[in-house]
Amino acid sequence: SCYREAQLFVEKFEGALGKGKGKKFYAYKVMMTKKWMKFQRDFENFKTACIPWEMKIKEIESHFGSSVASYFIFLRWMYGINMILFGLTFGLVMVPEALMGKPYGSLPRKTVPRAEEATAMNFATLWDFSGFAQYSVLFYGYYNNQRTIGWLKFRMPLSYFLVGVGTIGYSFMIVIRTMARNANEEGGGDDTSFNFSWKMFTSWDYLIGNPETADNKFASITTSFKEAIVEEQESRKEENIHLTRFLRVLANFLALCTLAGSGYLIFFVVRRSQKFALEGLENYGWWERNEVNMVMSLLGMFCPTLFDVISSLENYHPRIALRWQLGRIFALFLGNLYTFIIALMDEINLKARYLLPFIIFNMQLGKDEDFQQLEEEKIVKYNMTIWEASLYNGTIPENSTAPPIQVDPADVPRGPCWETMVGQEFVRLTVSDTMTTYITILIGDFLRAVFVRFFNYCWCWDLEYGFPSYSEFDISGNVLGLIFNQGMIWMGSFYAPCLPAINVFRLHTSMYLQCWAVMCCNVPQERVFKASRSNNFYMAMLLFILFLSTLPAVYTIVSIPPSFDCGPFSGKTRMFEVISETLEHDFPSWFGKVFGYASNPGLILPFILLMVLSIYYLNATSKSYKEANLELKKKLQSVRNR
Amino acid sequence: MGNKQTIFTPEQLDAYQDCTFFTRKEILRLFHRYRDLAPQLVPPDYRDKPDVTLPYELIGSMPELKDNPFRQRIAEVFSEGGDGNMTLDDFLDMFSVLSEMAPRDLKAYYAFKIYDFNNDDYICKSDLEKTVNKLTRNELTPEEVSLVCEKVIYEADVDNDGKLSLEDFQHMITRAPDFL
Repeated sequence: SCYREAQLFVEKFEGALGKGKGKKFYAYKVMMTKKWMKFQRDFENFKTACIPWEMKIKEIESHFGSSVASYFIFLRWMYGINMILFGLTFGLVMVPEALMGKPYGSLPRKTVPRAEEATAMNFATLWDFSGFAQYSVLFYGYYNNQRTIGWLKFRMPLSYFLVGVGTIGYSFMIVIRTMARNANEEGGGDDTSFNFSWKMFTSWDYLIGNPETADNKFASITTSFKEAIVEEQESRKEENIHLTRFLRVLANFLALCTLAGSGYLIFFVVRRSQKFALEGLENYGWWERNEVNMVMSLLGMFCPTLFDVISSLENYHPRIALRWQLGRIFALFLGNLYTFIIALMDEINLKARYLLPFIIFNMQLGKDEDFQQLEEEKIVKYNMTIWEASLYNGTIPENSTAPPIQVDPADVPRGPCWETMVGQEFVRLTVSDTMTTYITILIGDFLRAVFVRFFNYCWCWDLEYGFPSYSEFDISGNVLGLIFNQGMIWMGSFYAPCLPAINVFRLHTSMYLQCWAVMCCNVPQERVFKASRSNNFYMAMLLFILFLSTLPAVYTIVSIPPSFDCGPFSGKTRMFEVISETLEHDFPSWFGKVFGYASNPGLILPFILLMVLSIYYLNATSKSYKEANLELKKKLQSVRNR
Repeated sequence: MGNKQTIFTPEQLDAYQDCTFFTRKEILRLFHRYRDLAPQLVPPDYRDKPDVTLPYELIGSMPELKDNPFRQRIAEVFSEGGDGNMTLDDFLDMFSVLSEMAPRDLKAYYAFKIYDFNNDDYICKSDLEKTVNKLTRNELTPEEVSLVCEKVIYEADVDNDGKLSLEDFQHMITRAPDFL
């Protein structure tokens, strides 16, 4: 009936409505538009399908909320960075040396010494990264200091140096770029005027046809409602300002006491262990020998829980409470480390297992180290000349140019190679850290869940609601672990090019293991809260750690002479001399002159001053833009509400 | 395309094409889906306009609708008698409005009708409570549910009568970025 009327109307005005004469072209246009829309949608689908692990993370987000998911998104982002670092070190350092450098066994630095040959292939040795693993492209010491290698004339030392500097530069750039991008998004459209209404009426996806997806969607809708409710409750809370302030000051005071207490404990324990070492370690049992390790690990395990308890006094929004928690744990770790170093100041124990203090320690004793190292090298060089003379058996006078006797490289005495040692320590630290994390997950989460589930029937109290119950996902612990792990990688990858590769493997398996563990053994938190839209807090911490980790490497490049017997910089007085060498040989002479002028301090200082001033100016303008933005938004709101 | 089909007369097909947003091929495909739900009830030949209605249980078992928490309301809104049993016309109507080619205001109109559980042309608090419970499968506590409903009324109710009219709803939904 109504349809009949419409049809008559259309027939009357046929021409004006585009039917009839222009029909073919109109139909063609419509078809093309449809096809283009379909193509665009397929392409978007394809692009989304290419993002790795997206389904896993979405599933976790729907069950546990966006804060837990933000950890996994952070993990995925780190994985991307490590892939690029891996690509750089593998493609530009390890592969050229393996393909075009002198093979294993041709040079003393590339061969396992005779003394170690018997055990070089054992699994135990390889797991410890000595033996064959040590004398391979995985570590610094293997690389030869030839200026060019192979028929491509690939400049190995230059490439090694540039890749080392480049990985650090790239990491800085990408962290800062991500921070800037996040800052942009944060200031953007934050329209919450119809928050709840939209959640209610538009969250269901009418295209879902799969029961599992529907389950996930229900869970995510529920979680999203709960998050919004928490936000609403927080904004409605009636605050007794004085009481809250007093409680917060008290909580901070308690946290400071904890930090001071743990610092003092470490100081005390380290002094005691020095006393033990002086008296001979054989007189003491296992606890005394490993006291320092154990105390530091125990502090690392229990203090965060203590901070958690303290933070319940403060009554913050859960997101802000998480930030305080992260900050305090960070301060705890740093404080412990520094007290450790200070306590070790007078102990010259180069074989300390904590290589982090070793390097910073190196920095502080820089001058003495130099002197010590030169002395050690002189001794080794002297030994080598004696050894060579013994080969000749005194038959040929020293000044003649007789052909050198062929000696098997395995027999040549070696100089100390501190870079490889450092690299090895980092690799061992990374591996043991990984093992610890996995075992903690398996025992702490999985076995605990199994225990609670199956022993609940025959236990006196309700295991699921009381102690120990299922564990929650510890966001702050995991994020900090990830950040510190990355700091170790940045610190060590100059000395052990294999580190990014190991880290890529570790992050890959971590992703799968943790995703499985979260879905299988954890329960969501009581108060699910929405993560801040940007991850800038994590980024800021990452930036700080990046800065700290690059300091030792930069210091060693600039101030410490490389080992004379191993590595791509052997024979030079400083590692960065490879740059000046390249400038001399490979670039035209005027280039070298220009570079010399440009690196004049008289030019560099004004340039730095200019950069500081421009930073200040840009900061001021961006602030004023933000204010203008807010004003406009307010105006828009008031117009709309009218 | 010229393939002879014996299900509809050409006028019927044209009529369907005009009334819905579908092309000829899509209408035929939808007819086959409709028929597959109950081959013994639906005749293969619609040229003489048979009066066939499929009960709600069959419609609700379609994979596209099976997991949707609002399938009952959708069927009720689009069926002629308001009881969920649909003829082919209703069936085509329903999918036409839900398809991506329908304009937003049309969808908003029908969405309002779907969420209006008691059919009084207003979305009142009890309608909202039912919506929330269907969306979360009763996982929220009653206090949380009532908090959410209060917030929704506070946000969207422009004429301040304690419930949402069609204008309130449309005013709110057209600003939503996710409404499809």
